[in-house]
Amino acid sequence: MFLTLTSTAGSASDLGFLLHKHPDRAQTFDLSVGRAHVFYPEASDERCTVALLLEVDPVELVRGGRFGDGFALGAYVNDRPYAASSLLSVALGRVFRSAMAGTCAVRPDLVGVALPLEIHVPAVPDDGDPGLVARLFEPLGWTVDVGVGPLDPQVPSFGESPYADVRLTGTFTPADALRHLYVLLPALDGGKHYWVGPDEVDKLVRSAGEWLGGHPERDWILRRSLAHRREYVADAVERLGVVEVAEEQVAAPTDARPLSEVRREVVLAELRAARASSVIDLGCGEGALLRELLADPAFTRVVGADVSHRALRKAAERLGLDRMPDSVRARLTLLQSSVTYRDARLAGADAVVLMEVIEHVDLDRLPSLERTVFGDARPRTVVVTTPNEEFNVRYPTLHAGTMRHTDHRFEWTRAQGEQWAARMCETYGYTFRAGAVGDVDREVGPPTQLLVFTLGAAA
Amino acid sequence: MSALEIPELALVALVGASGSGKSTFAAERFGRYEVVSSDACRGMVSDDETDQDATKDAFEVLSFVVGKRLDRGRLTVVDATNAQRDARKHVVELARAHDVLPVAIVLDLPEDVCLERNRGRGDRELPARVVTRQRDLVRRAVGGLTREGFRQVHVLRTVEEVAEATIVRTRLRNDLRDERGPFDVIGDVHGCRSELESLLEKLGYALVRDTAGRPVDAVHPDGRTVVFLGDLVDRGPDTPGVLRLAMGMTAAGHALAVPGNHEHKLVRALDGRKVTVSHGLETSLAQLAAEGGEFSAQVRAWADGLVSHLVLDDGRLVVAHAGLKEAYHGRASGRVRSFALYGDTTGETDEFGLPVRYPWADDYRGRAMVLYGHTPTPVPQWVNNTMCLDTGVVFGGHLTALRYPSKEVVQVPAEQVWYEPAKPFLVPAATRPDDVLDIEDVLGRRSVETRHHGRITLDEDNAVAALEVMSRFALHPRWLPYLPPTMAPVATSPLPGVLEHPAEAFSAYAANGVTHVICEEKHMGSRATVLVCRDGFRWMGAPDGETGAVWTRTGRAFFDRSLTEVFLDRLRAAVTRAGLWEELATDWLLLDAELLPWSLKAGPLLREQYAATGASARAMLPPAVASLEAAASRGLDVADLLDRTRRRAADADAFVEAYRRYVWPTDGLDGVQLAPFQVLAAEGLTFHDRDHGWHLSVIDRLVDADPTLLRRTQRLEVDVHEPQEGIDWWETLTAAGGEGMVVKPFANLVHGRRGLVQPGLKVRGREYLRIIYGPEYTQHLDRLKVRSLGRKRGLALREYALGLESLDRLVAGEPLWRVHEPVFAVLALESEPVDPRL
Repeated sequence: MFLTLTSTAGSASDLGFLLHKHPDRAQTFDLSVGRAHVFYPEASDERCTVALLLEVDPVELVRGGRFGDGFALGAYVNDRPYAASSLLSVALGRVFRSAMAGTCAVRPDLVGVALPLEIHVPAVPDDGDPGLVARLFEPLGWTVDVGVGPLDPQVPSFGESPYADVRLTGTFTPADALRHLYVLLPALDGGKHYWVGPDEVDKLVRSAGEWLGGHPERDWILRRSLAHRREYVADAVERLGVVEVAEEQVAAPTDARPLSEVRREVVLAELRAARASSVIDLGCGEGALLRELLADPAFTRVVGADVSHRALRKAAERLGLDRMPDSVRARLTLLQSSVTYRDARLAGADAVVLMEVIEHVDLDRLPSLERTVFGDARPRTVVVTTPNEEFNVRYPTLHAGTMRHTDHRFEWTRAQGEQWAARMCETYGYTFRAGAVGDVDREVGPPTQLLVFTLGAAA
Repeated sequence: MSALEIPELALVALVGASGSGKSTFAAERFGRYEVVSSDACRGMVSDDETDQDATKDAFEVLSFVVGKRLDRGRLTVVDATNAQRDARKHVVELARAHDVLPVAIVLDLPEDVCLERNRGRGDRELPARVVTRQRDLVRRAVGGLTREGFRQVHVLRTVEEVAEATIVRTRLRNDLRDERGPFDVIGDVHGCRSELESLLEKLGYALVRDTAGRPVDAVHPDGRTVVFLGDLVDRGPDTPGVLRLAMGMTAAGHALAVPGNHEHKLVRALDGRKVTVSHGLETSLAQLAAEGGEFSAQVRAWADGLVSHLVLDDGRLVVAHAGLKEAYHGRASGRVRSFALYGDTTGETDEFGLPVRYPWADDYRGRAMVLYGHTPTPVPQWVNNTMCLDTGVVFGGHLTALRYPSKEVVQVPAEQVWYEPAKPFLVPAATRPDDVLDIEDVLGRRSVETRHHGRITLDEDNAVAALEVMSRFALHPRWLPYLPPTMAPVATSPLPGVLEHPAEAFSAYAANGVTHVICEEKHMGSRATVLVCRDGFRWMGAPDGETGAVWTRTGRAFFDRSLTEVFLDRLRAAVTRAGLWEELATDWLLLDAELLPWSLKAGPLLREQYAATGASARAMLPPAVASLEAAASRGLDVADLLDRTRRRAADADAFVEAYRRYVWPTDGLDGVQLAPFQVLAAEGLTFHDRDHGWHLSVIDRLVDADPTLLRRTQRLEVDVHEPQEGIDWWETLTAAGGEGMVVKPFANLVHGRRGLVQPGLKVRGREYLRIIYGPEYTQHLDRLKVRSLGRKRGLALREYALGLESLDRLVAGEPLWRVHEPVFAVLALESEPVDPRL
């Protein structure tokens, strides 16, 4: 990791005093993040440049378990030793602590004086968004020059590099300039922080209290700096003295409710209409529907099944399994199951819910899901929701021919959905009714299709 | 001295008042764990063997322990007074619930003996009136024990009788484990004597006829034994003839037989019981009436004496007319008999009024082969190591025998339709039924028995992770009969400047007694397993248009289905041109290979991880070097730092060069190459006992048949005691940027002094390792050399053994769940936390 800071002020070498580092000496600091070297490639009256080179130990980086669990290959080969990141920011904060504080006992006359400065950070991760660096630094008064090249000049198919060669010019006190870098480099580096604790909020408020509150990218900076920990973001917003504006929901009021919420409501209504008292939510994920089922004592037995153990753990956590009263706890079962395998534990419920599940199953595995649910478990009622592919044209951000989720294995039109439903009925002796979730568009139908199956012939 | 006979597997209730000497009797005649005492259970739950308040809990413990023992097929003795009727009822229920015979041994000793012994017990002494009452209860119960359900009752009345009594354990009538065959197991005959004669002759039996020319026995020159699966009678033209032959053969010891539901009903009819005369019973009764009363009496006695199922060949073969689930093998109870005669039904009837049969074979997970009849099927098919041999000869189908243990099906066609079936006889299905996998087959802590490496245990956590991968990302299990094992690297080299070096591979094999090894070039691609089927062959349960699969180490498909088929078409043509279908006498081929380029599968990893690392390094290091040079020219002391940073910049360049070798564009199959290096399996055969010379010679011919799609594997045979040539070869390979090589025992599968020997050791090139250990790893070699390989090696061996196991099971035609078990286990082991750089 490397950056330089250049002063082109009349007596440029004053920079040395302000930074508390002598221009004619190369210094080395052993820090927790690595070994930081400070030296001056040039130090004339016209130009004085200080360079910070941070060497991290790649072997220790992994052993410390800071990145991933150490059992993924990516943990060993990555940009950490090279790209400007939170590690570089930490080094800045340590090496230039006094300078950032804006103290200079030897030359108090220099403190608070803005100087013409140039900053060069040669490898700044910018998420492949070349405008990002400018949006962050320009509002502070910097002139930003960003250079981007190919990721690998010999492999054009790899596209552009996600690292920008960043040059900033502007007139600031060195203390301000350093603080800007100190706050914004980790934000640019994004969710790669190894640890975010409440003291990070303190640091942010201390270093950026004057300008972050009014920065147009404030929320983005906070989110990224605090590694998406919502409670910390809220804390920081409050302490920055900002009156929070309303949630960023610009959509029309009718669309204001998220589709997932509407979906749960529709499914619950179907279950109640079917007078189901024991319900299996197959593919329960993190348990959003389970929570609502448990809230209604009419559902005396609630089973959440998912193939993902992680999702089940999350569900247990979010439902507060270990704090649940016995009477509620006794109604709930969470189990890992898979549609590839027959599972006797799924038998005996009144209803099985497959809410946004079938589209995550490979088409050649669907028959085994069908057999598991309709053939073996054979509940009285099966409630299925799945995307209505026709509606995709109403999503402006969705490219034609792509699916709503990268894990979707297929998305069906209403005709395809009903065709499948009819086949289930014929094979397994059910009848079905097609319905809708969400507002029905006159041309393309609802965003989500609903298929409700009832065991036995139509009345 | 009296010998008390009890079945080998039974639940024995001791019945007797306190002081009658039950515990002493039991301790002297049964094993330490065979006796479960109610007093001891009372003590276990309450610290007091006489605490009557604890009786309920104690009884639950006793029932639980007894139940577990009976599940496991262990004879068990309940040591309690069992004076009360309720207590005995519970014992009988427990026995029935586990399908074993309940037996009572009553110790009805004189009152003074009981009282005398009771007095000597100190704090366990009971009031005399209690003992007296218990004794009265016992005396009164004796006469009714058989009625209560005890299948055998032994009563001992004096101290002498008790002292002299010995226990003799007798085998159950279904236990013919010492009959080891070979057998010819014959499905439902239904009075088709002529077809039976033809079948026996086809099987090589010589028929023996009586003076009237009627067959009364059949003898095989090799001493084979026929097993009749029941339903010899009814519907067909000559039930008496079939019975005469079968009865003669069983009497002569040339055949065994189990009864069918039709024999069961015939016996009841012959006994004059009221039965509905239908489903062909009318024909039997008429035919038997013509034979005269004496023959009918013989038939009745013979059929009535048949045991509903037989366990043969050390438990490896079970026969029953309608099949038998595993929990019932070797058991005796009413419901076992009923299952064996009538099968499992769902309680529903179908549109023809016939009972809907529960497909118990779909759930069958037992190790014993189960052969049965009862349900006419057009073609005998294996379902989870079970086969139904009723092919409806009387309805115009075939009479079928299965040769055991060779599993060869032998059939003769019906001479005519002898009886119209109640529902249409099905047309043969084009495919075998798709085996159903059950969550119980994979979830939880499990162990897999392997032929080459013993029992391999999997942690529950590993199974949990594998379940998700298998369900969400892997191919359908039918297309995943094998996953390749991970491979251990060579021991870390002591030589300066390198982490891995061939010398360690050669010495490692030398230490295991392997002198002849083969070095194979390590291709710069992804490990791939390829299953390709011959034209017109349909793989188990596969849908139309699927003729094979190409998958990664974690079971994911490399290509979508349409490109997979294009790929398979090319490969199939090459196999055909190379003549391998005929040479290996197979309709499918499973190949171990490497698929190139690596970027095909690892594109995102290369771009997002490797190229990004290279780009950031090459963006940051040159300006740092330039600044350091400027600082140095100003006279600052940065020489070391400058030198180090220059080396880092050079390392970054080398790193980029290294990963670029793995990237080239592909379009459809253009640019894609497969480098096979081992033939894993073909129909009925595995090849891990053939040396690598054979494998590569077969594969070279395959490669020659399509050198564009297929890529040759360079190789060199080495004598581990003359390793220099091998070392030089590796140097040349890796100097040119090659990934390295794999050293394998030339003979292939080798067992050494310490068990299974590593099937291969990888020796990776110095430059290649940059993409594994990081661009600058060469500057940290001293620390990186401290690496621990034990875990990886253990894993490699276990996964290797599991892979071999799945192949063995596949080619033996075992059911899908058995093949899937080791495959799933490999995936589960892959979630073990092991240094991924190894």
